[in-house]
Amino acid sequence: MFDLTGMTALVTGASGGIGSAIAQGLAAQGARLALSGSNVGKLEAFAATLGGDHAIVPCDLSDAAAVDALVPQAVEALGGKLDILVNNAGVTRDNLILRMKDEEWDQVIRVNLEAAFRLCRSAAKVMMKARFGRIVSITSVVGVTGNPGQANYCASKAGIIGMSKSLAQELASRGVTVNCVAPGFIRSAMTEALTDAQKDAINAKIPAGTMGEGADIAAAVAYLASKEAGYVTGQTLHVNGGMAMI
Amino acid sequence: MSETADRVKKIVIEHLGVEADKVTEDASFIDDLGADSLDIVELVMAFEEEFGVEIPDDAAEKIGTVKDAIDYINSKQ
Repeated sequence: MFDLTGMTALVTGASGGIGSAIAQGLAAQGARLALSGSNVGKLEAFAATLGGDHAIVPCDLSDAAAVDALVPQAVEALGGKLDILVNNAGVTRDNLILRMKDEEWDQVIRVNLEAAFRLCRSAAKVMMKARFGRIVSITSVVGVTGNPGQANYCASKAGIIGMSKSLAQELASRGVTVNCVAPGFIRSAMTEALTDAQKDAINAKIPAGTMGEGADIAAAVAYLASKEAGYVTGQTLHVNGGMAMI
Repeated sequence: MSETADRVKKIVIEHLGVEADKVTEDASFIDDLGADSLDIVELVMAFEEEFGVEIPDDAAEKIGTVKDAIDYINSKQ
């Protein structure tokens, strides 16, 4: 089950914590990847650890023209087809709304939401023609629950969920599914920087009692990307140890 | 009947899965041939590929009948 052999995937933010786990997960299931990110050195180092025949397609997601060119570049690098798009890349610019600068709002919406829209639009064209496609976007539990200090980030993540539901309805008859994965707290460089007291406070809110791992997110993405998930569309799969049941 | 018209009709028949005799030049994609808005997008993409022309969104929005498509493609060739 969930074998991705012969399938190709574009993953954005592929050298990051969750992104690299997703790339590893898809590659382990047999997919051939186009790894995207802004730091070529990190992408190359990561691709070397992956082994296999994967492509690197760098992209600055705040540059609209570069984003519009990314799917065609990935299709070319992957031998003319794209089965799976994983919109994983995201940025935060946290601030209380009373202190939030226009640029902080704009940057987060542009990279997290607008880039995802542009990539979905390009990928939809390729996937509709092929009568098969899997779009999986990484949103966040806070896109549904909200979080103080993250109005921009939460808006971008909620926006991805709404956009995905619309796309799912537009593309369902063409064999293309569009879903989201919403991580809760996932162990990363960012969470490792927290104090033990802060970690304890977070864990106390998670019924599972601990933060998740990148591999937990990768497994959810691999499922939604598989042929077996063809009847699942417009959904958000929450992977959060039970901290929010929605 | 022109060669363009034949090729346009062939694409419409194949894509929409309709009977050839229904695909007259006056036939409306939506009202007569059962197409939805996504079918029109796909038809336009198929025309672009078949004829090597680019059909911008504002022109695509004006293509409502088989004849509209044939006329637009002829005007670009």
